[in-house]
Amino acid sequence: MMLELLGHLIKIAAVIGVMLGFVAYTVMLERWACAWMQDRIGPNRVGPFGVLQPLADGLKFIFKEDVLPHHVNKVYFCIAPVVTMIPGLIAMAVIPWGSNLPIAGHVIKGVIADLNVGILFIFAISSLGVYGIVLAGWASNSKYPFLGGIRSSAQMISYEVCLGLSVVPVFMQAGSLNLMKVVEYQAAHTWLVLCQPLSFFIFLVSAFAETNRTPFDLPEAEQELVGGYHTEYSSMKFAMFFLGEYAAMFVQSALMVTLFFGGWSLPFAPFNAPATELWVGAVQIGVFLAKVVCFLFLFIWVRWTIPRFRYDQLMALGWKIFIPLTIVNILLVAVVLALVAK
Amino acid sequence: MQVQRPKLTFWERTYIPQILKGMWITIRHLPMKKFTRMYPEEKPKLLGDYRGAPTLVKDPEGRVKCVSCQLCEFVCPPKAIRITPGFRADQAFDSNVEKEPKEFEIDMLRCIYCGYCEEVCPEEAIFLKNDFAITGYKREELRFNKQKLLELGGVQPDSIWKWKYKGAPPPGTPIGPVRDGKPVEKKAAGH
Amino acid sequence: MNVHDTLFWFFSIAMLLCGVFVIANRNPVASAMALVLMFLFMAGLFVLLEAFFIAAIQVLVYAGAVMVLFLFVIMLLDIKASERRRFAFLGVFGGIVVAGAFVWEMRIILSQPVIPLQSGNTDLSAGLENVVKPLFQHYMLPFEVTALLLLVAMVGVVLLSKKDLK
Ligand code: SF4
Ligand code: SF4
Repeated sequence: MMLELLGHLIKIAAVIGVMLGFVAYTVMLERWACAWMQDRIGPNRVGPFGVLQPLADGLKFIFKEDVLPHHVNKVYFCIAPVVTMIPGLIAMAVIPWGSNLPIAGHVIKGVIADLNVGILFIFAISSLGVYGIVLAGWASNSKYPFLGGIRSSAQMISYEVCLGLSVVPVFMQAGSLNLMKVVEYQAAHTWLVLCQPLSFFIFLVSAFAETNRTPFDLPEAEQELVGGYHTEYSSMKFAMFFLGEYAAMFVQSALMVTLFFGGWSLPFAPFNAPATELWVGAVQIGVFLAKVVCFLFLFIWVRWTIPRFRYDQLMALGWKIFIPLTIVNILLVAVVLALVAK
Repeated sequence: MQVQRPKLTFWERTYIPQILKGMWITIRHLPMKKFTRMYPEEKPKLLGDYRGAPTLVKDPEGRVKCVSCQLCEFVCPPKAIRITPGFRADQAFDSNVEKEPKEFEIDMLRCIYCGYCEEVCPEEAIFLKNDFAITGYKREELRFNKQKLLELGGVQPDSIWKWKYKGAPPPGTPIGPVRDGKPVEKKAAGH
Repeated sequence: MNVHDTLFWFFSIAMLLCGVFVIANRNPVASAMALVLMFLFMAGLFVLLEAFFIAAIQVLVYAGAVMVLFLFVIMLLDIKASERRRFAFLGVFGGIVVAGAFVWEMRIILSQPVIPLQSGNTDLSAGLENVVKPLFQHYMLPFEVTALLLLVAMVGVVLLSKKDLK
């Protein structure tokens, strides 16, 4: 009992640690990638090739003055960044990082909580992230953050619907809401992106909207809203919003990998089945992380390519195109599955 | 006026081909040649007329050229120059110059690098040279005194020798402004 | 007291505190946030019952969607006005009457012998089948009628909120 608890704690610490590390280095990757795309070199001063830059950034954020404007609602102003940051971390609890890690007779599962309603858990938790932004916008008590907060909540509520509906066909095909089962199904059959390209496409675009990334970064559109909901924030509180955005990106990437790109599996033996040996398990975790990094790069790549959509375009896209499309998609998949089952 | 909106095809209205095209362009730039200059190690090449920090110069024989006429102090728009005039100690040595500044201070935080001082100086004693990274930890550090200014300015190997010769310089001496030992074509004002 | 009980008391007491905070607070945003917290603690209680599905839906629908819309509307209102609002004695009186009636009713219900639910339908942790199967086989008609009712209500709202009917 005690040992089990300890094992869980270690696993949680490992997942959060790895994730925060990835988040920090995603910021780094973003700065490098955008520099290279603009024919610049990017950060290269701190440490060899600038790899220690995130540490320097973190130190800078910690030592900056934390300005608390007098017109804000202090309590909500202070909890808003935390509320934005935490859902991303909690959501990682049900995402399978690997299959198994057989160590010395024990088999460690590659997921913290093997929930049967995994995906619902993720949607439930990440739908709470919007509170951080709404509260930040409202508590800042000034117009740009407020507009940013309003925009963001409208956007996130709309696209949550798309996000939720677009993955329904995946679970219809895999036959379970348990993410581990979905991955195992894909390992045994084929990656679901091949069967459900429309689902994947809608999920991808909605994920961009849900994480407030370009081309849907209207809540913090610098040119019109100064900084959107985090205009009034400084120091570590600002850093929390920043990390929250990247943590959300990480979660969405991990979700896409899990749902559509076979999670920890590779389409050949011995990586297409739950691991029975330690090295296979370790490689599978590596495979998962590598796939996630590809998606993180996609997020960055798109951000430095495409200009921002207009707000009405964003809403029209969500409500008038994606939601009908997802429903049609669900119906079609249902019919096809019923025919195949016959 | 009615703006004619172009009729878009189906694919154009989905934006997808354009987005893919854009992404192709950005990804192509990843391995391309970078244009960043690694600044502190790699200094930019300055043109001859560059206006950096104002400095005091000495003539080729090591004399301070400034005669503390205070014209530059007077003309300086932000009042960055502060001069304490004084007589030369070595009157006998070159008696055609009577004065030199006892103290000459330029506040580099006030200076706007306009070049009026260089322009107005009758003795060609003050030049805006190439130093542009004027930084310090304290305000006092950036108030350059006479010694510092002379250090920055160094020797100006030009053709004005009135501290040595009364009248014309010896034949063969280059006439006109000189920078870094070579005669410079000054750009005419306003092109 | 084991972990389970401790968590039960923690969630229950926290939930009740949040509930009191919802009605005691003058600031509507604070009330709304307390309500969200209350939903979260309630979801915690569902988790203790191993009803993960209901817990997730509770958070997703109430905390994640309904309350966000609530907050959205509240934020657009003039909050100062409601902060100045006077204490409504009639409202307090009505509230006490309703709460009293509810407590009385609970007392009667709880004094009845407990009828155990039919086994087989109670295991909510096993997966979705136990929630979904009855819903789509046994109670298909009521389920669809409810959906239709909601749709009608929605159309009605759209009609009502339109200023000029054509
Ligand atoms: S630098 Fe030139 S203008 Fe200024 S005081 Fe000296 S001689 Fe006069
Ligand atoms: S460059 Fe202009 S501002 Fe600077 S010292 Fe000379 S006259 Fe003054």
